[in-house]
Amino acid sequence: MTQPVSPPLDSSTDKVPPARPPAWRGLLIRADVRTLSLLGVLAVLIVIGGITKPDEFLDTRNLQLVLTQASVIGVVTVGMTFVIVSGGIDLSVGAIVALASVWATTVATQEYGFAGILFTAVVVGVGCGLVNGVLIAYGAMVPFIATLAMLASARGLSLQITDGRTQIVTVPSVLDLGERDAYVLGIPPLVMVFAVVTVIGWLVLNRTTFGRRTVAVGGNPEAARLAGIDVRRQRLYLYLLSGLCCGIAAFLLIVLAGSGQNTNGNLYELDAIAAAIIGGTLLTGGRGTITGSVLGVLIFTTITNIFALNNLQSDVQQIAKGAIIVAAVLVQRRTASTT
Amino acid sequence: MAPEPPLLSMSGITKSFPGVRALDGVDLDVQAGEVHCLLGQNGAGKSTLIKVLAGAHQPDTGTIRWRGEEVTLRSPIAAMRLGIATIYQELDLVEHLSVAENVYLGHEPTAAGFVVRGRTAKASTAALLKRLGHAEIDPARLVGELSAAQQQIVSMARALSHDVRLIVMDEPSAALDPDEVDNLFRIVGDLTAAGVAVVYISHRLEEIRRIGDRVTVLKDGQAVAGGLPAKSTPTREVVALMTGRNVEYVFPDRPVSPPSAQPVLKVQGLSRQGEFESLDLDVRPGEIVGLAGLVGSGRSEILETVYGARKPTTGQVLVDGRALKPGSVRAAVRAGLGLAPEERKAQALLMLESVTRNVSVSSMSRFSRGGWIDRGAELGAARAATRELSLRPDNPSVPVRTLSGGNQQKAVLARWLLRGCKVLLLDEPTRGVDVGARAELYAVIRRLADEGLAVLLVSSEVPEVLGLADRVLVLREGRVVHTAPARELDEHRVLDLVMEGSPAS
Repeated sequence: MTQPVSPPLDSSTDKVPPARPPAWRGLLIRADVRTLSLLGVLAVLIVIGGITKPDEFLDTRNLQLVLTQASVIGVVTVGMTFVIVSGGIDLSVGAIVALASVWATTVATQEYGFAGILFTAVVVGVGCGLVNGVLIAYGAMVPFIATLAMLASARGLSLQITDGRTQIVTVPSVLDLGERDAYVLGIPPLVMVFAVVTVIGWLVLNRTTFGRRTVAVGGNPEAARLAGIDVRRQRLYLYLLSGLCCGIAAFLLIVLAGSGQNTNGNLYELDAIAAAIIGGTLLTGGRGTITGSVLGVLIFTTITNIFALNNLQSDVQQIAKGAIIVAAVLVQRRTASTT
Repeated sequence: MAPEPPLLSMSGITKSFPGVRALDGVDLDVQAGEVHCLLGQNGAGKSTLIKVLAGAHQPDTGTIRWRGEEVTLRSPIAAMRLGIATIYQELDLVEHLSVAENVYLGHEPTAAGFVVRGRTAKASTAALLKRLGHAEIDPARLVGELSAAQQQIVSMARALSHDVRLIVMDEPSAALDPDEVDNLFRIVGDLTAAGVAVVYISHRLEEIRRIGDRVTVLKDGQAVAGGLPAKSTPTREVVALMTGRNVEYVFPDRPVSPPSAQPVLKVQGLSRQGEFESLDLDVRPGEIVGLAGLVGSGRSEILETVYGARKPTTGQVLVDGRALKPGSVRAAVRAGLGLAPEERKAQALLMLESVTRNVSVSSMSRFSRGGWIDRGAELGAARAATRELSLRPDNPSVPVRTLSGGNQQKAVLARWLLRGCKVLLLDEPTRGVDVGARAELYAVIRRLADEGLAVLLVSSEVPEVLGLADRVLVLREGRVVHTAPARELDEHRVLDLVMEGSPAS
């Protein structure tokens, strides 16, 4: 009785491996649900902005402004995402942006013009990242503490350099980058830098050995070590990368503000962490996407803009941000537990 | 005749965690005033069972009766209120609080409901410590300053500070010197004389002989024997129950002639303080060398030290005659070593990632140019490696966490196969692997050896070592006590070698 039945059963399971398509689709859908829900939130915000202030919000200049504002914190967030995916944290990003921006705008630096300012901003950022990375990777310090110390020191050093004064940029080629004449097809150069950093960040995280190692170190450091990955060197590189992003962001901020100030980059660390988290990056490491983080930045910047246009105070903005972080994490936990 | 109901009666307890059935219908009866021993290998379900009993885990099904009445142990506090106290292996004391504060943590003697009466707590703690034979511990000292043995006494004092009727002790002797073990047994004797029941977990059979009344043996989440007499059941019977050979494994044939090439792996005088001493061994290409020994004999530590994950105190590891940099995993991997560690999920796998990425993680430079990964080549290589080991499902894009234990192990092996390693270190390769999938894994390991790999195998299951290895080194307390070709040994001989002269005998 069973014999005539079993051959067709066997052949059917051979031809259609049942596990395969659902597993693939499941992965795709899960990746998409997260991105789509963020895009959905962004769309809702744009609709709200369009309804409450139709003329002002959807104005080209306003949209250019939103994207420009997103660029500085966006570049910082790309670096932060790498650090968090690796299981670390960088609390010093705002302070590094401040230090890089003031160091790059001293009278002495400005004498070297455009290149001097750019070079100094990047070198200061990478230098701070190097200190963070060495302390964490080879000094076995907890990232929270090492970068907290860097936050305090870099802020202090920025104040010492500026003595609390605003350092006006007098190099025309730098200032020109922020002018409307520099826009290409209506896109501000700062936004293009942000876009390039985003694309490179995405490629590095998803398509290179560096990205794989980052994910492995964050997902299971012990397994990464036993698989032959140099976990410490990878950690060092990650804080260097975060410092590099801070240096680039500092330069963007110099262009945007036309000055360097020791109060620059205030609370960037919290904004960057918040954007990464609502973008789906696990604070415990091992999972995160550049796309999600960048959408997180855009969501926060759009909220700020809409609130400002509607003359709502920043305290209301802060409350809304907090609520969004909690909501995003709750939603993600639900999707994670159902899979 | 209606005998008094047992103090505790657990029946049909099941408990599942994602991917594992930790308890599968366990029964346990404990009488007042007895020492009931719980035996089983790591992963047999002992810890889960005592956590259910302590109220820390909720069972999926099954009933718990306490003095004849059905109860639900909703939380550790609920268990404690009934009089069930647990002394965990990893002591759960707060290091920065004093002895007395730890003992009365959560039920501090208070005045007016909230003011802690420190002096009362200190006095009654001192009395408890005296009763436990450790009057020298000052109740005012910080717990962090005490030795491990003293901390255990504090933990016991905490249990006794409640009105306790049943104490669960999870391997209480593991951290103790022989003198302290004697004191522990005296305490256990006092407790049972006072009618308190003790559930005692240990790997050391001779301890169970000394103080145990009855024994329940757990294996793979099931109680394979309940309430055996602790003093008269033959050791071999107990060990046979623990290792459980109700299924005969099929081991692949050994090659007719033993490999004659030069050893690829040589270990010379390798020692690590407190773990193992002056170990010498060599493994030839095509050979499987097995290390047999009990838990605590230093087996896993040896493999991890050979691999560079732990730094040796003395000695060296040579691959193809060249000494490896001690304590460097990267040097070991570069020289051609690969490790399939004991805790697959914690030490080997990236659980959030696909099979492909888990397999390729140690050979990424092979598929990349300038750091840029050729994902097509990567997928192809991962597919080839997993196919060679018949990993299922035959789709390396699925997340590794969806795989069964046996297939997860194959993913780890595929990683090293892809890397092209020369020496494979296998630590408990079939732990958490279904009985049915084991034979297949054995065949895979033998085939890899036949293809020229040198394999160093560690297993707590003696038949596995004897069946799979060509040569066996028997370990006891960190020393090799016997070396012989596997076909000249049998399980009884090995068990005699590993058990005779264990401490406290």
